[in-house]
Amino acid sequence: MTTTDMPRPVDADPGPGVSKKRTRGATSGGLRRAVSATTLLWILACLYGLPVLWFVLSSLKPSSELFSYPLTLVPHNPTLSGFKAAWESANFSQYFINTALVCVITTVLTVGVSCCTGYALAKYDNRWLKAFFICILATTMLPSEVMLAPEFLVVRNLGLYNSFAGIILPAVLTATGCFMFRQFFLTVPDELVEAARIDGARELSIFLRIMVPLSRPIMLTLAILSFQWRWNDYIWPLLMLNDPSKFTVQIGIQSIVGAQNINWSVLLGASVISMIPLIAVFLVFQRYVMGADINAGLKD
Amino acid sequence: MTKRAPDVSVSPPRRRRSTYILAPLVLIAANVVLFALFFVWPAVIGLVYSFTNYTGVGAFQFVGLDNYHNLLGDSTFYDALTRTLLYAVLFVPLNFALSLLAANLVVNKYAKGASVARVIFFIPWLLSPIVVGVLWRWLFGENFGLVNYIIEQFGGGAVPWQSNADLSLIVVVMAASWAWTGFSMLLFIAAIKNVPVSYYEAASLDGAGPWRQFVSITLPSIAPTSFIVILLNTINAMKEYPVFVALNNGGPGTSNNLLVQYIYETGFKRGQIGYASAASFVLMLILMAVAIIQLIVNRRVENR
Repeated sequence: MTTTDMPRPVDADPGPGVSKKRTRGATSGGLRRAVSATTLLWILACLYGLPVLWFVLSSLKPSSELFSYPLTLVPHNPTLSGFKAAWESANFSQYFINTALVCVITTVLTVGVSCCTGYALAKYDNRWLKAFFICILATTMLPSEVMLAPEFLVVRNLGLYNSFAGIILPAVLTATGCFMFRQFFLTVPDELVEAARIDGARELSIFLRIMVPLSRPIMLTLAILSFQWRWNDYIWPLLMLNDPSKFTVQIGIQSIVGAQNINWSVLLGASVISMIPLIAVFLVFQRYVMGADINAGLKD
Repeated sequence: MTKRAPDVSVSPPRRRRSTYILAPLVLIAANVVLFALFFVWPAVIGLVYSFTNYTGVGAFQFVGLDNYHNLLGDSTFYDALTRTLLYAVLFVPLNFALSLLAANLVVNKYAKGASVARVIFFIPWLLSPIVVGVLWRWLFGENFGLVNYIIEQFGGGAVPWQSNADLSLIVVVMAASWAWTGFSMLLFIAAIKNVPVSYYEAASLDGAGPWRQFVSITLPSIAPTSFIVILLNTINAMKEYPVFVALNNGGPGTSNNLLVQYIYETGFKRGQIGYASAASFVLMLILMAVAIIQLIVNRRVENR
């Protein structure tokens, strides 16, 4: 995008761990390669970072300044009026609460159910469990987008239309979640389970007292992923809800985009507000997401 | 799953394993119910409805293969299908190249600030597709967007990013590639880190430069991950919808309506559930074909 800004970041923050990695080749050839690699890296990083930066900075501009030429990156009179207008307009705060509620409940259920299933798949050896594992994998072949109409009818027949349960329940079974927990529990030695059995522990208490606490890192990783999927969901809530007081944030934003005349000040404010929870969660738990052993099944 | 009942009643004393039936059953019960309700049931009635003229309410008649037959002659469906395939053909390679480049730069031991850059590459993936659409609409506005402003500053004319169908598809391709890079990049980083360092050391001793090392060592070593990235991205491209809705609503006009939007419009706006179900099964067949073709190609590559 803005090629004008490019060369600057070469002297940017080197970040932790860099000095450690460079011990081997600090020759003059190494210096040349360091300059070229760093330059290329930061040109690309700017291409990725600038759209977000431009967007967020624009949301701080008063609406009179949004379209005033020449465009400026940094707002002259930064204001939060766009955010305020967005928050107060069209129930946006209500949408925000709805989305948070749906995300938290879905995430708790997803983590719990996936943990149980993943453990059963990893530590018990019954033929019907293997069959069920194949069934779960099959769900990745048929994404919900493909079954919009029939799935809608099923949820409607269950009497869940226009309710949060209609959004939450179909989302709880995820192949990714089951798969992550299964892979994790496979790495836990069977001897641990055997020893507990010899000590007379019952099956479910082995699971709850020993295995669940062990799997905390996986729980956290899946929780972050699940929260992200549900927070960003659009088409399913759109189909399920017709009562505006139950809308989620994404539907709210889309309804501003779909208006005859887009109110960009409100739209930018609403969009930026909707980004905040995820970015905050991500920055806090970054090392879990970045370190996660992401597998093939990773999708919503 | 139908075999479960006899298993439970027959086997307790014989096999050691089968002592544990109740516990695993309790553990998977919730997912079994969810699977039956929200996967098996919709899949079955979807298949049934695809042979009917069901509108979502009231009675319906079986019409045999009429829906499928009509789809083949429906130019709107064809347009949506070809547009979706074109989108996938543009999006998958671009995303592949960008995320591989990003991953390589991030793990490069010479590059400074890699850990910060990695977070920058990843943040777009966190944004919802709706916000990604809004953001790129803001960047690529024809009269007010930053991109056209810059082009004009350099003496160019305003580019019709929204009113030209092909350009507006390209904007969506760029937006989606931008948004998905972080995810593909994480997969590539994990794969690249698993390549043994000794390979590179041996290649350096033989005088191979960075590009040669990348082509001869990195690319072959990460082939399985490349396969997964291409597969996931193709499937994602075939199901794309929200970015389009927020960016240009499949416009200009209906020229960029993709398959999922077509299914949504026919099923829910026009109430032709039967017809939309048939379209859904065509989409499903395409997704399965994609997966099978890629599996075969992958096997052939690995056997070589």
